[in-house]
Amino acid sequence: MNLHIDIKKRFSGFSLEMKSSLSGDRMGIFGASGSGKTTLVHMIAGLTAPDSGEIFLDDHCLFSTRSGCNLSPEQRRIAIVFQQAMLFPHLGVKANLLYGYRRCRTENRKIRPEALVEVLNLQQLMQRGVNRLSGGEKQRVALGRAVLANPRLLVMDEPLSALDDTLRYQIIPYLRSVSEEFGIPYLFISHSIPEMQLMAEQVLVVEHGKLAVISTPDALARSGMAQSPRGYLNLLRLKTPAFREGLFHYPWGSGALIISDGKEEGESLFELSSRDIILFKKNPEAISARNLLKCRIAEMFDSDGRKGVVLESGGSTLVAEIVPSAAKELEIAPGSAMFAAVKASAFRRLG
Amino acid sequence: MTLTPEDLTAILLSLKIAVSATLLSLPLGFATAWFMVFRNFRGKVLLEVLVNLPLTLPPVVIGYFLLLLFGRNGWGGALLKSAGIEFIFTWKAAVVASATVGFPLLVRSIRLGMESIDRQLLQASRSLGAPWYDTLATVVLPLSFRGVIAGSSLMFARSLGEFGATIIVAGNIPGVTQTIPLAIYDYASSPTGTAMALSLCAVSVTLSVGILLLHEMLSKKLETGRSS
Repeated sequence: MNLHIDIKKRFSGFSLEMKSSLSGDRMGIFGASGSGKTTLVHMIAGLTAPDSGEIFLDDHCLFSTRSGCNLSPEQRRIAIVFQQAMLFPHLGVKANLLYGYRRCRTENRKIRPEALVEVLNLQQLMQRGVNRLSGGEKQRVALGRAVLANPRLLVMDEPLSALDDTLRYQIIPYLRSVSEEFGIPYLFISHSIPEMQLMAEQVLVVEHGKLAVISTPDALARSGMAQSPRGYLNLLRLKTPAFREGLFHYPWGSGALIISDGKEEGESLFELSSRDIILFKKNPEAISARNLLKCRIAEMFDSDGRKGVVLESGGSTLVAEIVPSAAKELEIAPGSAMFAAVKASAFRRLG
Repeated sequence: MTLTPEDLTAILLSLKIAVSATLLSLPLGFATAWFMVFRNFRGKVLLEVLVNLPLTLPPVVIGYFLLLLFGRNGWGGALLKSAGIEFIFTWKAAVVASATVGFPLLVRSIRLGMESIDRQLLQASRSLGAPWYDTLATVVLPLSFRGVIAGSSLMFARSLGEFGATIIVAGNIPGVTQTIPLAIYDYASSPTGTAMALSLCAVSVTLSVGILLLHEMLSKKLETGRSS
C-alpha cells in the first residue's frame, strides 16, 4: 500500500505541515502527545480537511486542492480503531461488529463475519451488552468492527494506551493476526517504542506538526536508548521451553536462554532491558547469573553518549548498553567475541 | 368538582393544540439542536439568542409579533390568505403561538442530550461507512433520545399552560380557541366563577403532574435500558 501525503493545516497556536510517501503494509506513526499524530490521522480519514495539499492512497485521490477532490469519510473506506473502544452504547456486540459490514458494498465484502469472530475469539461475547465487556474485550470488538467494514486501510490510533500492560500484550497478537489473516494494511499510531517494534515495519516520526524522519522501529529504539528510563528493550519471542530445576530453558541462538518467569505452552513474548546485560571479555567461569552467553559483536552504535552493542549468537541478536569508557577498557570492537551475563529474572514476560 | 361541556371542550382543545404544537416543533427542534451542536458556522451566537428569545420575552410580545406577521397586513397573513387559509383567531394560530413559546425548551433538552454524545462515536460511525444522515439516524438520534423525550414533554406541558401569546393571536373564543388557561381567566374575572375556576385548575395541576411523572418514568426506563 502506498500513502502519499503533502498537506498543510493551521490551527490557532498549532500548525501542521507534512510531506511524505509511505509504502508497506505495516506502517507506524510515532510522536509525543501533541505532536499532531491524531490531526494527521483525522485528515487521512477525512474527519478534518487540510487547508491545502493532497492525500493519495494507492493512486486513489482522497483529498487534493489542485483537482478539488475531497472524499467524505464513508467514501474513503479507512476504518479507525480509537484509543477508547468507542463502541456504540445503544447497540449490542453483534450489532456493533456488523455496523460497518452492513454499510459495505457487497462487492467489497471480502471478510466473513464468522471468520473474524473466530480469529478474534469473540464467540463468547456475541450476545452481551457492550457495557458488560472488560477493557480488553471492548477493544477486541472495536477492532473486529473496524476490520469487518472491509476497509482499504485500517488506522489504529493508540489502540493500546488505555489498556494496562498485561492486556496490552494480549491484544497485540490480535492486531497483528487480523491484518495478516485478512490482508488489510494498517497505520499504527503510538508514542511507545516497544509497541512500534512489535507492530510496524516502517515508522514516520512526527514532531511539532512536522515530519522529523522516516525510520525503522529498531533504529528508533536504538536512538532512544540513552534517553529511555529502561534503555533499549530487547523483545524476544520464544517457545518450546524445557523446564528444569524451577527454570525455563528456551532455545535461542546457538544455545538457550534461562528464564525464571516462563510459560510451558505456546509462544511467549519477553522483554529484556539493554541495561540488564553485563559483558565480560573472558569467561568469568562462576557467576550467579544463570545466563552466560558466548556471543560475537555484530555491530556497535552510539546513542547520546552511550554505546549500544549488538550481540549475535546463532543468528539471533541482543542489544546491550555500556558507557564509552567500558567499551574502551574492554576493547570491544565489531567481530570480537564476548561473554554476556543475564540474570534469569531479568526477562520480563509480556504475554 | 364539576366540569361543564364547555370546560371539556376547552380541555380537549388544549390537548389538541399542545400535541400539534409539539409534533410540529419536533423535527425543526431536532434539526436546530443538531445544527447548533455539531456544526460550526458564523452567527452561531445570533441563532442561539434567537432560539432562546421566547424564553425571556413576555409571551404577550411574542403574540403581538405573530399578530403583526400573520395579521391582515403582515406578509405571512397575505401569504396564508392567498392560499385560502384562515389563521388569526383560529386554533391553528394557538398552535403556532404555543410552538413558538415552547420551542426553546425543546431545543435546550435535545441539545443537552446531543452534547453528551462523544464526538468520536460519530467519527467511528462515519469511518465505518455511514453517510452523515445515516450517522444522524443510527447514532445521534438514539443517543439523544432521552433529550428528545424530555424536551417534548416539557414543551407539551408548557403548551398546555400557554396564555399570553395565545390570547393575542387566537383570542378567547369558547369552543374555538378557548383553552384551559383562557377558560380559567374567564371564570376568574366573573364573581361567581371561583368553583368553576378551581375545577379547571385541578385539571391543569393533574395534567402537569401526570406529564412530569411520565417524563421521570421514561427517563428512568431509558437509563436502565442503556446500562443493561
